[in-house]
Order: sequence, then C-alpha cells, then structure tokens
Amino acid sequence: MSTSSDDGSGRQLTYAEALREALYAELKEDPAVILMGEDIGSYGGAYRVTQGFLEEFGPQRVCDTPISEIAIVGAAIGAALGGLRPVAEIMYMDFLTISVEQLVVEAAKMHFMSGGNLRVPMVVRTQYSLGRAHGAQHSQFFPSWFLQAPGLKVVLPSTPYDAKGLLKSAIKDENPVLFIECNLLYRSKGLVPSEGYALPLGKSQVKRKGNDVTIVAISRLVTEALEAATRLSSEGIDVEVIDPQTIQPLDMVPIIESIEKTGRLVIASDDSKSGGLGAAISSKVMDDGFDYLDAPIINLASPDLPIPFSPMLEKAYMVSQDNIVSAARQLV
Amino acid sequence: MTAPASFTDISIDKLRKEGVDDVRVMGMLRKMLEIRRFEEKVEELYLVKGQLMGPSHLYIGQEAIAVGILSACASNDLVISNYRGHGHAIARDVPMKYLMAELYGRADGTCKGLGGSMHSAIHPAKGMIFASAIVASGVPIAVGLALASKQQKKDDVIIVFFGDGGLNTGAFHEGANLAGIWNLPVIFVCENNQYAMGTSTAATTASANLVDRGAVYDIPSKKIDGNDVGSVFVTAKDALARARKGNGPSFLLCQTYRSKGHGVYDRSEYKPVGEADGWIDRDPIVRLRKVIMENRIATDGDISAMEADIAADIGKAVEFAQKSPEVDFRELSKYVYV
Repeated sequence: MSTSSDDGSGRQLTYAEALREALYAELKEDPAVILMGEDIGSYGGAYRVTQGFLEEFGPQRVCDTPISEIAIVGAAIGAALGGLRPVAEIMYMDFLTISVEQLVVEAAKMHFMSGGNLRVPMVVRTQYSLGRAHGAQHSQFFPSWFLQAPGLKVVLPSTPYDAKGLLKSAIKDENPVLFIECNLLYRSKGLVPSEGYALPLGKSQVKRKGNDVTIVAISRLVTEALEAATRLSSEGIDVEVIDPQTIQPLDMVPIIESIEKTGRLVIASDDSKSGGLGAAISSKVMDDGFDYLDAPIINLASPDLPIPFSPMLEKAYMVSQDNIVSAARQLV
Repeated sequence: MTAPASFTDISIDKLRKEGVDDVRVMGMLRKMLEIRRFEEKVEELYLVKGQLMGPSHLYIGQEAIAVGILSACASNDLVISNYRGHGHAIARDVPMKYLMAELYGRADGTCKGLGGSMHSAIHPAKGMIFASAIVASGVPIAVGLALASKQQKKDDVIIVFFGDGGLNTGAFHEGANLAGIWNLPVIFVCENNQYAMGTSTAATTASANLVDRGAVYDIPSKKIDGNDVGSVFVTAKDALARARKGNGPSFLLCQTYRSKGHGVYDRSEYKPVGEADGWIDRDPIVRLRKVIMENRIATDGDISAMEADIAADIGKAVEFAQKSPEVDFRELSKYVYV
C-alpha cells in the first residue's frame, strides 16, 4: 500500500483507501476470504477499491463476474456455506435490487429457518452515489428496506477510520453483512492507523458530546452534522452527534441516553422521508424515549421523489448541512 | 404431455455393468418405497387427519431421480434441495423421524420446526446443505458451494435439484452461466415433472428441447428417463466422474411425471383427463419392482416384508414427531444471528 500521505497529525487515507486496506489485510490474513463482483479484477473496481488485487491475489481469490447480480450474491451464499468468507461487490446500490431475493429471502433467513444449522459468513459491499449526478437509477439509498430482514446486519461507515475497522469486523462476522458505502465519501480523508483494528458491529457511536440537541446522522451526513455542530456551538447550541454505524441490529441505547439529556432529536439520513430510517428511529424513540422529549422529532430525509439528474435539482433534493443547522435551531 | 406408447425397462444391465449388485438394487427399491410411503402418510396427515398445515410438495412419481442420483454420489458430495425435498432427504438417509418432526413444526425436526416442509431437507450432517422455497434460487447457491469446493481443493461435487419451472428463472440462467465460465464441479438436476405449479411445461417454456437450456452454456447436457433408476444412476456416475476430474458442470434433464398436485392441497383439476393414466405403467417403483421380480432378485414375500418394515418405521416417525415439543417462542430471537 503506497497511497498514504502524512500531514503531521498521523497517517491520512481516503475512505476508498481505508476500505482497500481492510480488504487487503483480510485477503492476506485469511485464505478463506475471496472477492467477487463486476469489474473488481482487471478493471480494479469501478471506484478503485480493489485495484491491484487481481495481480497480487490471482483470479481464484479475486473473481470477476458477469453482470449477474442474482448469481453474485447467490454464489457468495454458497461459498460461505462451503467454508469461504466471500466479499461480494454490487457496484451500485440500485443494482442490489436485483439480488434482494438472494440477500433477504435466502441469506438473511438461513440461520433462523434451519434452526441454527446454517451460518452464512459473507459481506455484500455496495455504494450509493447520491450527489454525483448519476440520475434516478444510479443514486438510490434505501437501507431501511433491510430493516425488514432480521438476520442480516447492515453497516454504514461514515469516515475512513470507521470504514477500515467496520469492514474488518464485517468480514470476520459469522452473519451476512450488507456494507453500504457512500460514493461522495470515497475521496474524503481522515486519520487511519496503519495497524489492523476492528470496530464492533451493532454499536452506535457518540461522535460528539453535547447537551442541547441530539443529532443522529447516517453515512455522509455524519460529517455534515459534525460541521453543523461546530457552527451551532458559536451560537451557544451544544450538539451531540451520534452515528449508529450499524442500523441492523440498531443499538438504541446511546440514542435514548442522549435524548434523556437533551430532550431534542434531529435525525439526518439520505433515506426516504416515508418509511425510511428516520421514520424507523423515530418510532423506536416513541417506544422507549417519548417521555424525555421536549419537542417534536425532526426527520431530515430525502423527499418522496425519484432522484432528479439535473445537478442543481439534485442539490436541492439532498439533505444539507444548512438543513441540519436550521433544524437544530428550530428545536431550541 | 402424454407418455410415449412404449418404454424400455429399468436399465438393470447398466446397473450391473456399474458393479451394482442385487443387494444395492434392493437398497434402491427400499429407498424409493420409503419415499412413496412417507409421502402417502404425509398426504393422509394433511387431508384425512388434519394434523399438518402449510405448503407441502409431494415427491410421488419422481422417486427414481433422487434415489438414482444420490445413490451414485459419494458421502462427501453436497446437495442443494428445494421445497419438494422430502424425497431427496430420505434418499440421502436423513432419518424420517426428523423429517416428520419438522413437518409437525417440532423441536426435534431437521430445522427445529422453524423451517417446515419446504426446508425440511436441510440436514448438513448428511450433506443436505440447503433447501430453498423459491423456485431455482438454490442454483446460484449450489454454484457458490462448488466454487468453495474447487478453491479449497476438495473432492466434493455439488448436486442441485430444481424443476422444469426453474428453467425460466434468471437464477437458473445466471447460475448455469457462472458454473460454465468457472468450470465448477456442480450437477444441475432438472426434474421435469411436466408442470410448473398448475401450468404445463409446454405452455411456459419456449423451447422444444429443454436440454438445450444447459447446452447453450456449453455444459454437457443429457435428457434421460427420470423414471428409470438405472438410467439415472449411470448418467449421474458419469457426471460425477467428470466433475471430480475437474471437467466442470453437467446438466441432467430427468423426464418424469408429478403424480399428485403441485402442493398437497392441489387436486390437479387442470390436468387433461386421462393424462395420468398414460404414466401408470411408467411409475418408477412399478417398473423397478417388475425388473426385480423378472430377474429373480427378490420374491413377492421379500418385498412385502420390506413394505411392512417401512410401514413400521413411518409409524414410529409419526409417533416421534407427535411427542416432540415445540421450541419456546421466547427463544426465537436466539436463532436470528449466530
């Protein structure tokens, strides 16, 4: 790996480089790990996450597949049942819809419906490209669909550091894991130690402590929420930012503890307004944290529209840092 | 589709040429009878006794395929079954009591009662790796298992069973193509029982030669009489040997007839009058029994004794299932994640 740079405050890697480093380390460490997906080999991955792997690990472990999303996920399931630890790549989250049967109806339920006989240690990596003018069929983000698939873990890393540590844990996990990356983050940089480390799945992380407003943010909106918090602090609003990191199973404890303190909650995700993550988290807060709330929950989410191509319209469609700042101001 | 006017007898000579002695021939008959009688009992438990509920798909009429293929396999070969899987499981020596307990939804079932009939063939201890309730969804999974076998340099060959209806799914085509390009040790066993639920193969499949569905992927493909256990066995032996030599996948189109409805409640009212009659003489058990008698491998008395033994086993299986408890509902969340 020769892609690191050092700005004096530790080693900085991009989100894509951090992912690559996690995959590289797992391929090196465990011969059972194999990769499969469209253009991951000789092309190097549509977003270069797997660049150079084919040359180093060979076609037995870095398997270019046809454009067959059913077979990519299905073969990953079979490989996992056969003792390997496959990491399948679905190039765009939109394409994942084609393999949902394999992921949701087969993989997610196998352990349960076999009475615990089967285990499926596999990862499906995918990414969403909202904000890159990819249009209605190459930008979608619908992680909430998979809340209805108990048995599947769903992970959404928001920083290069988290991307590396969470991907390592996902590959080592004994369950099927859907690992949703964010295209807009691929070039973002952050501190990433060169040594291996694993971050636990199923633990929400408090990214910033604060007492006035809780912001639960997902994926790219974690950085926006942290920057919004800095702006709000100059106005005397003290924001706590929580990144669930794993939305299935979702660790609600830090979220409930936070609203017990702040009494105010903003949820920010690129999922849809109706039936999306914000709605799901709100509902859980109604169950376990209603008495702590001093104001209505604000659910910042994508409008119930297909994603427009026009870059200006797409910008208007997306949840912004300004939206987060306004929402927090509105609540205090 | 009507049965051909004449048919050849069970390929007993082929079996003998493969070194299958009389004891093994009788073993095949026993397995086929176990499947038949088990399924008849299941039908009775649903329709007469009202003790079983939910979808269940009987294997009556197709017994020679499971028994022929799985008798040819080595114990390390792995099987992907499906929702019509009781026969596959019995042919692979999964104890009938565990299967029956699964049908009753009980904790001693193959899936602890959490799967039901459509997943009852899951029993990894006997190499029964998975059984999906979705048509042909097991095909790409089998291909992945074959990939794992090849990568780990194991000797295992993967068998995947699916029906003629599965030939029209994307999962079949994507899986077959992948097995073709990666040259994997997998045998695609298409059980053409003439119906995709209630619609005939002819009405659903734009291809006169279904065997071409394998051949288009350059997979050696063969159409065989699926009601001739001898023919199924020897063809499977060839395919297994090819796969074990590293020569890749095979596609076996096994012609058979689903004597009963799609599911246990289906009365097959869509089948043309007289169609089933044309298959009575082609019944795989009738034919094997006839050959056994003609070749003096066993007597009527021997077979009657075998039948009595099987009936007793099935009786015990039902008793075992009825006495088995259910998993505690409060324990269910333990089965969601490993």
